[in-house]
Amino acid sequence: MNKSRNKAFSISESSRRSKVVAGTLVILYALVTMIPLVWIFLTGFKSPPDSIAYPPKVFFTPTLEGYVNLFTTRSRQTPEYIKSLGPPKTWYEELVRKRNMVITGPSRFKDRYMNSLVIGFGSTFLAVFLGTLAAYGFSRFRVPLKDDLLFFILSTRMMPPVAVAIPIYLMYRQLGLTDTWLGMILLYTAVNVSLAVWLLKGFVDEIPREYEEAAVIDGYSRFQAFVKVVLPQMRTGIAATAIFCLIFAWNEYAFALLLTSGTAQTAPPFIPQIIGEGGLDWPAVAAGTTLFLIPIVFFTILLRKQLLRGITFGALRK
Amino acid sequence: MAEVVVEALQKQFGDFIAVHDSSFTVRDGEFFVMLGPSGCGKTTTLRMIAGLELPTGGRVQLGGEDVTWLRPAQRDIAFVFQLFALYPHMNVRKNISFPLRMQRVRRSEIRQRVDEVAQMLRIEHLLDKPVSNLSAGDRQRVALGRAIIRRAKAFLFDEPLGALDAEFRDLMREELRQLHDRIGATSIYVTHDQIEAMSMADRICVMNQGKVLQVDTPMDIYERPKTKFVASFIGSPSMNFLSAKGRIPVGSRQIQVNGTCLEMPRLREALDAEKAEIGIRPEHIRISSKGPLKGRVFAVEYAGASQMVTVDTSAGRLKVRIDNAQRVRENEVVRLLPDPTKIVVFDPHDDHALDSELFEEKHHE
Repeated sequence: MNKSRNKAFSISESSRRSKVVAGTLVILYALVTMIPLVWIFLTGFKSPPDSIAYPPKVFFTPTLEGYVNLFTTRSRQTPEYIKSLGPPKTWYEELVRKRNMVITGPSRFKDRYMNSLVIGFGSTFLAVFLGTLAAYGFSRFRVPLKDDLLFFILSTRMMPPVAVAIPIYLMYRQLGLTDTWLGMILLYTAVNVSLAVWLLKGFVDEIPREYEEAAVIDGYSRFQAFVKVVLPQMRTGIAATAIFCLIFAWNEYAFALLLTSGTAQTAPPFIPQIIGEGGLDWPAVAAGTTLFLIPIVFFTILLRKQLLRGITFGALRK
Repeated sequence: MAEVVVEALQKQFGDFIAVHDSSFTVRDGEFFVMLGPSGCGKTTTLRMIAGLELPTGGRVQLGGEDVTWLRPAQRDIAFVFQLFALYPHMNVRKNISFPLRMQRVRRSEIRQRVDEVAQMLRIEHLLDKPVSNLSAGDRQRVALGRAIIRRAKAFLFDEPLGALDAEFRDLMREELRQLHDRIGATSIYVTHDQIEAMSMADRICVMNQGKVLQVDTPMDIYERPKTKFVASFIGSPSMNFLSAKGRIPVGSRQIQVNGTCLEMPRLREALDAEKAEIGIRPEHIRISSKGPLKGRVFAVEYAGASQMVTVDTSAGRLKVRIDNAQRVRENEVVRLLPDPTKIVVFDPHDDHALDSELFEEKHHE
């Protein structure tokens, strides 16, 4: 008889070989998903010719041209004119002049990035805040028509949000909400709040009522019990929900393109516009994308423990 | 410390009546156990006393004050939950001091009182540990600590030992009772475990299907059950029941069971019905050649200190507890002698026990 067949095996402790196989697969998958990110990151440091070179260049002389182009607007000038300007005052002026251009002013990327931060985090905070209160209410109180209301809340996610783009556009125009922070925050909150209510309700349901009852008997009001006893135990759920909401609000493109143009435009519709300014400036696009990725990566790493627990939480519900 | 008076308390959930017209008084400093099968309404009653449920009828008084409609926080009671309900995000000290931190007690006093309580419960070494790593017994002690630190008027316990394994349960039972004796606080303790009830209680309140059936000392509950349910619920194995001939006048001392005449305590209440039912505990029957009942031994179970003999008689199957010295074999024909002073007669209509001399010699606490 085969020797390995006779060996006892354990469900909880995997064998050495299956560990190796699993590890290799995970690493391979990570590599495949990382390649586009790495490529974007690298392209941000290439010169424009390097970025469109064929075959693609993996090794190149890094330059900050892409980042300079991202943050500035430039105009093309004759070499004679550039010479007449005298020596460049800064390193980035020097970079730009090599391509026969002069800096005419800052680009609007900084403002767009700021808009993204305000709208993304603002709507996430609002959606999670409202979602937490609603989830607690639905979980603990006898709400009339509870199931219907919950279904109604869920039903707002049953169609792609863009399906209501035109009505929302018309509505926003009437209300003067187009191209405002408030308008975008409200819109993303409205989309996210249903997700937040459903996710968070699951978390509240898992917290035994006894905790609040114990606190209420010990002299705390219902609200104090909620703040002191329920909220700390919802931390995981709130973190997980916040990440999901932020990812949606941060990455949202269609509404941002339709409803914002000037003051409240977020980064996603802005970044592709860079291509139009002075040729196919891929390094600038890549630089913008890299900077755009940073907050969400940072936020996710910060909350990754909670996120992991949050996703697996409630998997074994009675 | 206070007396708890429950008057005609009622709780209805839709069409379902969870607690039906319950009344009882818990005396000051008493250890009062509410006992019954699951779903009998004992926990609901306790929660109404605590203020966690509002009654649909009746009143609750605590220390002479009507608290029926007060919020739990205003009642000054402490509650120990079955699953402990220790706050997982706080360590042991914070858990125990939680009730005090609400009451604006000075920091130094909180510290002193926590230390006092921890010493009493022998958990000083755990004070700075998170609650998540504690054993079930220690968690229970922390939960007790959180309850007693308040010095509340009454302590309510909802099956506090239900989540412990058997070994801890015995230990905590003793600790709990000792703690009560030391503090002397009025305690109401809900359980479905008759051993807990019998061993800890000053008085037991037996409930079934939302009704209070009997409130008495453990001894009276055991020896003088007022209804057939109480008789059958308490005791393991439960009381033997045999059907008997009815229409018995007041003062009668004998009853006919399947043609055999048995002596019993003198009745002080007549039975009008065609049939009666008698109850006798296994340890109140002896195997003796003078016995009036004849039967064949069906099984003998050896249980160390005693043995349990199952005997088939013409009136029905009986369990008999005898000491382990007596030799009885299966299929042997034996005669059974019930103790005439211990027989209880039930009215088959409403299952209540007929009043007799048995109830006269009631133990007074």
